[in-house]
Amino acid sequence: MKKFLLASTATFALAGGALAQDVKIGIILGFTGPLESITPAMGAGAELAIAEVNASGNFALGAVTAVRGDSTCVDAAAAVAAAERLVTSEKVDAIMGADCSGVTGAILQNVARPNGIVMISPSATSPALSTAEDDGLFFRTAPSDARQGEVMADILAEKGIGSVAVTYTNNDYGKGLSDSFAAAFAARGGKVTINAPHEDGKADYSAEVGALASAGGEMLVVAGYVDQGGKGVIQASIDSGAFETFYLVDGMYGDSLIQSIGAELDGSFGAVPGTDSDGATRFQELASAAGFDGTSAFAPESYDAAALILLAMASAGTSKATDWAGKVMEVANAPGELILPGELGKALELIAQGVDIDYVGASAVELIGPGESAGSYRQYEIRNGSFETVGFR
Amino acid sequence: MDFLNGLVTFLNFVFIPGAAYGAQLALGALGVTLVYGILRFSNFAHGDTMAFGTAATILVTWGLTGLGVSFGSLPTALLALPAGIAITAALVLATDRMVYRFYRRVKAAPVVLVMVSMGVMFVMNALTRFFPGIGVNDINFADGGRFIIGVREFREMTGLQEGLAIRTTQAITLVVAAVAVALLFWFLNRTRTGKSMRAFSDNEDLALLSGINPERVVAVTWILVAALATTAGVLYGLDKSFKAFTYFQLLLPIFASAVVGGLGNPLGAIAGGFVIAFSEVTVTYAWKRVLTWWLPERWAPDSLVQLLGTDYKFAVSFAILVIVLLFRPTGIFRGKSL
Repeated sequence: MKKFLLASTATFALAGGALAQDVKIGIILGFTGPLESITPAMGAGAELAIAEVNASGNFALGAVTAVRGDSTCVDAAAAVAAAERLVTSEKVDAIMGADCSGVTGAILQNVARPNGIVMISPSATSPALSTAEDDGLFFRTAPSDARQGEVMADILAEKGIGSVAVTYTNNDYGKGLSDSFAAAFAARGGKVTINAPHEDGKADYSAEVGALASAGGEMLVVAGYVDQGGKGVIQASIDSGAFETFYLVDGMYGDSLIQSIGAELDGSFGAVPGTDSDGATRFQELASAAGFDGTSAFAPESYDAAALILLAMASAGTSKATDWAGKVMEVANAPGELILPGELGKALELIAQGVDIDYVGASAVELIGPGESAGSYRQYEIRNGSFETVGFR
Repeated sequence: MDFLNGLVTFLNFVFIPGAAYGAQLALGALGVTLVYGILRFSNFAHGDTMAFGTAATILVTWGLTGLGVSFGSLPTALLALPAGIAITAALVLATDRMVYRFYRRVKAAPVVLVMVSMGVMFVMNALTRFFPGIGVNDINFADGGRFIIGVREFREMTGLQEGLAIRTTQAITLVVAAVAVALLFWFLNRTRTGKSMRAFSDNEDLALLSGINPERVVAVTWILVAALATTAGVLYGLDKSFKAFTYFQLLLPIFASAVVGGLGNPLGAIAGGFVIAFSEVTVTYAWKRVLTWWLPERWAPDSLVQLLGTDYKFAVSFAILVIVLLFRPTGIFRGKSL
């Protein structure tokens, strides 16, 4: 009897040990704060990938669970505390996040590197993150804004626009983007008459617009947020007749802009990350079946980030960060069998058979340089009060 | 022609926005100055009283538009304004009854009342954000006609290269502010209650001896403050946009206006409002475009000719506040010294 008891206790202990080997992924996004309207879909995207992997039953490392944490998008201290909690008390094996560039950098330096945890961010786009010390632990499925700067300069140069005024939201994102654009535009012979910051959350932007108007330029490049200062600057520019057409960066893409400003916005244009690949449509079908909006900004990138984490783990056969971090680039890039959303089970099978895979995913992932998306953009123009896609870059 | 173009640019980007902003500050400063003159403390909750009043007015406006009521080419919010004022007056009277009255009874030092008003400020801000649909949203509740004259129309009408826009809300701000100030002065100078308030402000003991009921004076003051704060808040919100947090930022320019004009002096509050508004706008404006029109071609500036970046707008009010307190603590119109 004693022996039986001992044996069963030992079995339970072993079973407990096996459970502890299951994989846990922390999803850190700004569920409160300036991005709270898009983060639910981003979180759902990541959880969709996890659910798909669990359902396939092909993931050798056990069941995958997800824990959410709030990055707040703007408060680095709160974001670091949330990440610290996920890593030390929830014992997550990887972090899908964070969303905004500033908090992502803070979590990377204060939590991910000291604890040796891999982070894959779906939406941090600051160029500074390309060169940040990361011990090979940081990746992103979003392109660096250095790339967006190039795309913006290309679009403006093709339209024959020679001089622009630039206003940016005064944070890591806005500053990084406007600087990379200014450099790229100057390299194509364009002239930036003024590169001035604006603060978000103010009621009145007429003073900022006064300075922009004084500097002049054929049009205004607005590197801000659609529900924040960016909209205020555009409204004040139109009211005072300072500018009539605007270039809208990815943060300025949203139906609310057209709703609040109206017909005067016709003729403005811009570009947002996006592809015309099969993956995007496939993902949207999966998303609507799961009950969320697959076209929401950065939701596809979030799905891809979570999928890459799990595929890299499967490929390395372990959830130990130092062992699988090196596999992320391998599974994301050619050569190998192409993997679209909804095919994660197939991908895991191929990995188990030792076949190379090339994860394409929902956002046509191609990781370059220090592990960031090469970035494809959808160029659009506003005509008759709606966004019309004119091409892909 | 060049001179006219420059003048139009100046009017469009400096004078008209500055005048509207000045009127909004003046109304706010009048409220601060009334509290200071009669209740004898600096009311830090004033900014959030404005926010509360505006939020209340917005809710009534939504109710009215929901019923299909509109005010033609004028914003419906003007119809909702009296209701907003009534709600705000109820709130400040309740605050006075629950909070300030105790400190008046114990004859607390003014600095204690200032701290108390900061507490009230936080509570009021929270209350404002409890309103359904207000929260942290950016709300634009101006309806009706947007422009009296738009940039394109102006260019076509005059043939000038520069355009001039006058928004309906800017004109309304100036008109409503003028009416409110006229009513206030008539009330303070011509009515019995107004005179008793001024007597109470000049010398509390003498006023009490002559049979003036202090609680009545206090109550009337709060109602006036609520009316001024709500009007200022609604005009600011109509002209710009409403957000529960931004009114807190208005506190500094409003106090600067009241102090520059002379605390406790209503005329000074109005002058102070315009002084602060025009200082903020002119110091942070980039004069390049105006000067390019006005100066001969050889002298046209290459730089922006901007004294301070627009981010330093509030630093301007702060600097003026410090200078006035250092060199003329009683303000331009000889109010009470702090």
